Amino acid sequence: MAYQLDAHHAPVDSSVPLEYATEDGSLKILGFWIFLAADVVLFSCLFATYIVLQHNTYGGPTAQQLFDVPGFVTETLLLLTSSFTCGLAIFEMHRNRLQPMIGWWIVTILLGMGFVGMEISEFAKYVGEGANITRSAFLSAFFILVGTHGTHVTIGIFWMLGLLVQLLRYGITAITARKAFVASLYWHFLDAVWIFIFTVVYLTGKVS
Amino acid sequence: MLPHYFNHLFVTGTDIYIADVLIILTSLGIVGVLTYFKKWKWLWREWLTTVDHKKIGIMYIIAATAMFFRGGMDGLMMRTQLAVPNNHFLGAEHYDQVFTTHGTIMILFMAMPYLIGLINVAMPLQIGARDVAFPYLNAISFWTFFFGAMLFNLSFVIGGSPDAGWTSYAPLAGPTFDPGPGENYYLFGLNLAGIGTLASGINFLVTIIKMRAPGMKLMDMPMFTWSTLITSILIIFAFPVLTVALSLLTFDRLFGSHIFSMTHGGMPMMWVNLFWIWGHPEVYIVILPAFGILSEVISTFSGKKLFGYSAMVGSMVAIAFLSFTVWVHHFFTMGAGPAVNSFFGVSTMLIAIPTGVKVFNWIFTMYRGKIRFTTAMLWALAFIPTFVVGGMTGVMLAVAPADYQYHNSYFLIAHFHYTLIGGTVFGVFAGLYYWWPKMFGFKLNERLGRWNFWTFIISFNVTFLPMFLLGLMGMTRRMYTYPPGLGWSHLNMIETVGAFGQAIGMMFLAVNIVWSIKYGERDVTGDAWDGRALEWSTTSPAPEYNFAHVPVVYGRDAFWDMKYGKNREKYQVKAKPYRPIHMPNNSGRPFLMSLAFFISFWGFVFKWYLVGGLGLAAVFVFMYLRSFEYDTDHYISVEEIEHTEAAAGRL
Repeated sequence: MAYQLDAHHAPVDSSVPLEYATEDGSLKILGFWIFLAADVVLFSCLFATYIVLQHNTYGGPTAQQLFDVPGFVTETLLLLTSSFTCGLAIFEMHRNRLQPMIGWWIVTILLGMGFVGMEISEFAKYVGEGANITRSAFLSAFFILVGTHGTHVTIGIFWMLGLLVQLLRYGITAITARKAFVASLYWHFLDAVWIFIFTVVYLTGKVS
Repeated sequence: MLPHYFNHLFVTGTDIYIADVLIILTSLGIVGVLTYFKKWKWLWREWLTTVDHKKIGIMYIIAATAMFFRGGMDGLMMRTQLAVPNNHFLGAEHYDQVFTTHGTIMILFMAMPYLIGLINVAMPLQIGARDVAFPYLNAISFWTFFFGAMLFNLSFVIGGSPDAGWTSYAPLAGPTFDPGPGENYYLFGLNLAGIGTLASGINFLVTIIKMRAPGMKLMDMPMFTWSTLITSILIIFAFPVLTVALSLLTFDRLFGSHIFSMTHGGMPMMWVNLFWIWGHPEVYIVILPAFGILSEVISTFSGKKLFGYSAMVGSMVAIAFLSFTVWVHHFFTMGAGPAVNSFFGVSTMLIAIPTGVKVFNWIFTMYRGKIRFTTAMLWALAFIPTFVVGGMTGVMLAVAPADYQYHNSYFLIAHFHYTLIGGTVFGVFAGLYYWWPKMFGFKLNERLGRWNFWTFIISFNVTFLPMFLLGLMGMTRRMYTYPPGLGWSHLNMIETVGAFGQAIGMMFLAVNIVWSIKYGERDVTGDAWDGRALEWSTTSPAPEYNFAHVPVVYGRDAFWDMKYGKNREKYQVKAKPYRPIHMPNNSGRPFLMSLAFFISFWGFVFKWYLVGGLGLAAVFVFMYLRSFEYDTDHYISVEEIEHTEAAAGRL
């Protein structure tokens, strides 16, 4: 194993991908995987709550009446594409090409913003129709489950914006690579959660 | 919104005024002492900004002790109220608040931080690490716990305490039946502390997986470290469930959603399920580390290696797995039907098997050992029979048809006090006496320790043994008073006497600490008890970097092996020259960020959304500042290491 020192004087192991190259980096990546496991539990509970309450509409609008197919399909496409472009950014990072990495990074952020924007307008539309969080247990569970995911995405956008500044400032180093890699794990995770929301909430809601 | 709450902001009542005065006097006293001795800078530099696991552990233990005092006062108030029939020392509403805060504080702000504190103190040393994996996050864990506990306690004087029980069942705890800020304090206080607990779980797990000393395999780890590993996994999978449950109830209370309502299609039982899916693993989160402490203490003071090491590990894994499959036993009386109740009854009884394995292994560890009856060992010895009583009555409660008789009676109260005090608290005391010299460099006095032990253990049984009988005689929990002539009066009086006896027992501990600070036997060797694991191989207290050289390990009980074992020669390798040691910088941000959380959540408690929002914004600013911080650590120079080691006489 060839060792060198990065700007931060920590030993760097060049036999592994850059994000794992410092001891601190590999610890943080493992820690983040474990955090994601905890987040899986969090979403599982919200899904369970939604599944239990989804038919308790209390005379209010049902899922079938509410959901708009082109809307949620567009949201899905935006988010899935952003996950792909995020993967491209990390791919370029591994090839040590800063410019294309930053390019894909920005595309990811923009797609994420598009997703959040659409979700906000979707929520606003429902509320405008009187289908707000206080209307029925179904709507409470819907807004909390989908809103928790949307909040995660929003936090992810601010996170990636912060990292964008750091990438521009420091380039691709063991530290920025680790940070970008961890953010990408988070982003892919949210994508996976959305696939479940798409299936369990929207598709099932539309057909049942 | 604001004026409505303003009228009721400050709670009134004689005891509250006394509390107000005491809080103000204590605060003034602390400020006065710090100012008089010019200790502000010292407090900030050495403690509030520290990321050192040993200091964070000590702060956890101090905070837990304060919370033990608060929860104990609640207990004494309840016992005073129940001492005689038809008593009106506390009113019904007030009694509700006191049992709610007693339960919540004792489990979440006493038992857990005591154990997390001891884990912080001992676990990294046991595996030969220089700190935990994420020292900065460790500081955040502590401060979010601390401010969560402070937020919860603030309810006593500002706004009113929660009063729906520590289980906070919906719909009783919902906005319809329990308006006012009390329950909000419960929800936000616990959620804030929960952030820290989850972070601790992740931190300890990564530390144990990745940072063990070279040569130390998983099956070489000390049993306390094993218990920490299993507990961390339980925390990671259980605490998000609590977060969800608390957040959903928060939405119901603040924003009018209907998850747990009686109307609009809500489902109150969903709260009960979520709460106990967290709540049952939680009781193992607070008992497994105590099992770990017990294994260390019994093995050390028997002078023998732990009997049945692999069985000990396997039984903990089994307990951890089963702990997620038993939650319905907390509400058999919900009427889920014979099939469901049978499943959960049987899975509950199954836990008795691995627990029994552990009990026998502790006994076999002592068999033919040279037992030293130190105070730590006395607590460990008392643990076994007390916990067996708690466990056996737990199996009785697991018999679903019989549970219809015991449910929510004092039989249940006696059962869980035998496990939580006889298990967790005795384990914590064993751990405190055992690791005290490692934390502070001096031993607690053994004579005062025995007074502490005997008064407490006798009083404990005087308090809680009669509760089994009272439960069988029909006294239910949470009743604030009872009429004479039911045959309950004598037993209740006996219990109250016992409760005050326990308080006296605790006074001996306080006296012991004060006495030992001045006169206690100093530990100059670092090996106060002729110990077996690596924490005893460094000085007491350990230096900032824990080990000047990271130890290389050749098997279980590494330090014992080093002193007396077959690998003695291998450990005697010539000391290499010191190398600079990489350590994290201190930071005030974990403290300030948690303070921002505290202010934000306090705003949300009163639905002051501006305060809440600004506080959260501040939290995010602190997170951003951390992300942009690149100068996060430093090196300890060789000269400094040589200086420290020479001062400890280890060069």
